[in-house]
Amino acid sequence: MSGGWETVVGLEVHAELRTVTKLFCGCRNEFGAEPNTLVCPVCLGLPGSLPVLNRMAVELAMRVGLALHCEVRPSVFHRKNYFYPDMPKDYQISQYDEPINVGGWLELPDGHRVGIVRAHLEEDTGKITHVGGGGRIHEAAHSLVDYNRAGVPLLEIVSEPDLRSGEQARAYVAELRAILVATGASDGKMEEGSLRVDANVSVRPEGASEYGTRCEIKNLNSLRSLGRAIDHEAARQIELLEAGERIRMETRHWNEAAGHTVSGRTKEQSEDYRYFPEPDLVPVAPDDDWLAAVSASLPVLPAERRDRLAEAAGVAAGDVAVLVEMGLDDLVLGAIGAGADPRVAVNRAANEVAANLEAAAKLTVGAFAELVRMEAAGELTATQAKQVLAAMLESGGKPADIARARGFEALAADALTPVVEQVVADNPDAFERFKAGDPKIQGFLVGQVMKATKGNADGGRVVAELRRLAGLG
Amino acid sequence: MAERISAADVAHVAHLARLKVSEEEIALFAAQLGAVLEHAADVAALDTAGVPPTAHPLPVRNVLRADEERPSLDRQTVLDQAPRAEDDRFRVPRILGEAP
Repeated sequence: MSGGWETVVGLEVHAELRTVTKLFCGCRNEFGAEPNTLVCPVCLGLPGSLPVLNRMAVELAMRVGLALHCEVRPSVFHRKNYFYPDMPKDYQISQYDEPINVGGWLELPDGHRVGIVRAHLEEDTGKITHVGGGGRIHEAAHSLVDYNRAGVPLLEIVSEPDLRSGEQARAYVAELRAILVATGASDGKMEEGSLRVDANVSVRPEGASEYGTRCEIKNLNSLRSLGRAIDHEAARQIELLEAGERIRMETRHWNEAAGHTVSGRTKEQSEDYRYFPEPDLVPVAPDDDWLAAVSASLPVLPAERRDRLAEAAGVAAGDVAVLVEMGLDDLVLGAIGAGADPRVAVNRAANEVAANLEAAAKLTVGAFAELVRMEAAGELTATQAKQVLAAMLESGGKPADIARARGFEALAADALTPVVEQVVADNPDAFERFKAGDPKIQGFLVGQVMKATKGNADGGRVVAELRRLAGLG
Repeated sequence: MAERISAADVAHVAHLARLKVSEEEIALFAAQLGAVLEHAADVAALDTAGVPPTAHPLPVRNVLRADEERPSLDRQTVLDQAPRAEDDRFRVPRILGEAP
């Protein structure tokens, strides 16, 4: 951060778990259903109803906990009491001082580690729509409530204040989302509210060990909003402190259109939620067998997939992060395993395949490996290889067949030599300048060869041939 | 008996539970709640350093159900129970303040 200040950010991420049913009842867990069609006595808080914990929700929480290197512990549910119509029971069932996952870490693609305080289970709330006053809460005439979302399982993942910028916070959420999707725990859709982020932001003089007073920013509905809101909020706090004022501990709301945060509730008094153990639920304590089974069912996680591909391709993990994010690592690894040139495989996947991701699923490892082999062997020029690959993605087929159909017959090494020799003979002055080391003339000579071969020659090999004839290679 | 709970505490708890209580009731409940707390203090006097907190009186853990759908209620039946409904939703009075 500029001007001798350091930004400190901790994030609370709420992820809706991808179960079939809600956390404590058999109502379907589904986004976008008709209002109040997925409700029952339990999630409406009707008298006499009793919650029963969903085994799959516990298992998904365990998967995420293990993926984040947390300790999975025996845990207890509490009631968080408050009066607000988003929960018909007037309390939310949540985990309080004995959460299921504690003390882990997440590694960003650049190797930076972010501590995880906890990841606990709780139920989501209903959805409120304010009527009148332009939908704003303070001017609304009344409000309408849909309880379809009430009781949907949530995992609240709390990070340590280990993040130092909006950009790093974005990278953290992107990586966390990738882990949630990879473990099957959540669909990670921020736009549908499956993943919701609150940011605790403070600033302090560079080198200070004490944290400054923090503000909690809500309403961060996209990675873009998250990064912008944090940077803006840090700048606001720095401006206040430099003017000799102090920061008030409060909740602030991000306004994406206006590009700033606005003050919400002050948090000078901590809320009194009167947490107490939920008497209708017994503790959940996964035994060693269950833990081992869940651990064994974990897929290869993004960080490991990056390392695996980076090692096979001989590049840095950060350079293949995008390929892993797009799910193209298996394709590239398969091709390299089949003997394809790693550099060419990475380039073609990161460009042509990435440009047509929807079609990438039907691209076989064998066909891709063959295309990479043809390019690396000089049977296709880079330009031709790109066109053949685009055609393979568009309508399938084998690379050799497509190349032949397009007249991209391989210009074998023995066919190239006479063409280059002819160009050299036709342009003696230019070739003398090339021999003398004039760098500008090379492009002209290569161009002449391309013209003579209708573009079917590989630029790199033409240069090599020219240098050989000039006695330079 | 020492005062275990003040009138101010009673008023605060009543507010948190959204209960309207009169001055006389506050005095009455302070005495009654004080007696309950006095009883709890007997337990607090014991040495419980090595005793884990009880989360539930039954020695039972891991009561779980399979993640299988059960029928939800009929919407009209549900909304008919509400004081007011509008647009297939529960209608509630104007909300002051933000969600917790």
